[in-house]
Amino acid sequence: MAPTACFNCKEARAVIIRPKNRHKLCRACFIEIFETEVHETITGANLFFRGERVAIGASGGKDSTVLAAVLKTLNERYDYGLNLVLLSIDEGIRGYRDDSLETVKRNAQQYEMPLTIVGYGELYGWTMDQVVEQIGKKGNCTYCGVFRRQALDRGAARLGIQHVVTGHNADDVAETVMMNLLRGDLPRLSRGTSIVTASGGSDIKRSKPLKYAYEKEIVLYAHHRQLDYFTTECIYSPEAFRGSARTLVKDLEKIRPSSILDIVKSGEDMAALVPREVSQSGKSCKSSAAVEEEATGGCGSQNGRTSGGEMAAMEQQLAENEAAESHETEIQLPKKVNGRAPKVVKAQTLGHCERCGYISSQPICKACTLLEGLNRNRPKTAIEVGIGMEDEEGSSTLARQMEQAQLTNS
Amino acid sequence: MADSTNGNSAATISITVEFTGGLEILFSNEREHTITLPARLSDGSQPTISYLLQHLVEHVMKDDRKGLFIMEDNVRPGILVLINDADWELEGEENYELQQGDNIVFVSTLHGG
Repeated sequence: MAPTACFNCKEARAVIIRPKNRHKLCRACFIEIFETEVHETITGANLFFRGERVAIGASGGKDSTVLAAVLKTLNERYDYGLNLVLLSIDEGIRGYRDDSLETVKRNAQQYEMPLTIVGYGELYGWTMDQVVEQIGKKGNCTYCGVFRRQALDRGAARLGIQHVVTGHNADDVAETVMMNLLRGDLPRLSRGTSIVTASGGSDIKRSKPLKYAYEKEIVLYAHHRQLDYFTTECIYSPEAFRGSARTLVKDLEKIRPSSILDIVKSGEDMAALVPREVSQSGKSCKSSAAVEEEATGGCGSQNGRTSGGEMAAMEQQLAENEAAESHETEIQLPKKVNGRAPKVVKAQTLGHCERCGYISSQPICKACTLLEGLNRNRPKTAIEVGIGMEDEEGSSTLARQMEQAQLTNS
Repeated sequence: MADSTNGNSAATISITVEFTGGLEILFSNEREHTITLPARLSDGSQPTISYLLQHLVEHVMKDDRKGLFIMEDNVRPGILVLINDADWELEGEENYELQQGDNIVFVSTLHGG
């Protein structure tokens, strides 16, 4: 097959087809356009200010490595005047995190950024290995997710930094939109789509500059710039529900590559329709509420395959729907939510955890509640009670049902 | 690993295959593999990516979790394929006819970061 010329420079050999617009680009043009688009995301959202100190949540994986590389490049190219540092969390999972932390240490040298590592062990007195030893391999993702959120904030606070950027990409956001849609969780759907997820209660802001970047392009960017990143799967239990959402998103991308950004866009549009009191509700565990879902984005992924045939059928259905669309009347957003009570709307007052001082809607924050359970050598079951809807596992029943449905499907 | 294609013709081609992004776990933790294939298949055609996939699953991949690499006789969605550094979509995907010295990279985008 004859080589295709680059859509942009018309000269070099194209090596990439962009998922979002099918443009064929050469290596150099791809790298430049990818960086330029991140720059546009950053300037469009006024993400940074000159002189700002920004911590990059760095795991050693592809997303955060690309984020660090791109931010360093842009900071120099466009003279943002940012002071960039790397902040890593050591969950204390031997054979998993210790290897990726070596990658982060190399990244710190490669990008000339200072690196801080905060460990679950020092923060909580429990490493994930120890947590798993106590509670088993099931359900430990809850602990890890809750601990990680606070750990990033605490690490940033320790450094006196008020802005943490994470490597969440468009695929992650699309997954989160799908998950929250499937759970009927409007508050999280709303918060999860925004590029900045700081809440009033927290003084540490979170943002995701790669929000519009396809995972595929992130991987290709890392490949073509030969970035040093580490890949592994968490050795503990995968998150089945997110795994299914991820699979769905990837299957859709295969059929229609623009799907991912379209889902992100739909999520943003739906978020705009979510009444303010709903989107603001239930942010007990603070800044993290929105980040919470995504915090585990890098975790388990291998579950829940569906056949492509179902997707094809769905595609056909969509085409038929489209044909019928012109006959539809526009549906207005109902003034009141009908049906079941909108439990999420109950107002919450943010306070501080009595034990650790972390922002929480409960007297005791979730991390401390989990820790109490661990320290008392209590089984996990007691934990879901009383945490209410802020509990990520609040939908665990649904997740279990989904798993069962999958089993019966296959 | 040595390849054993029992063709009566000695004509073979040699290519390199790389697994990254976490896929190496499925292939004995070896990132790079040198693969020898017959230059012509029994029906006279040249080996394609499809043929390579089948070959990899049957002869190279020792891990039982074939479904993490192959779905419905093709590469699982979420795994990128680069043919001599170019997206395989630019080269005819699974119908690309392999040439001596080709470099084929499989990159998973599915693993965590």
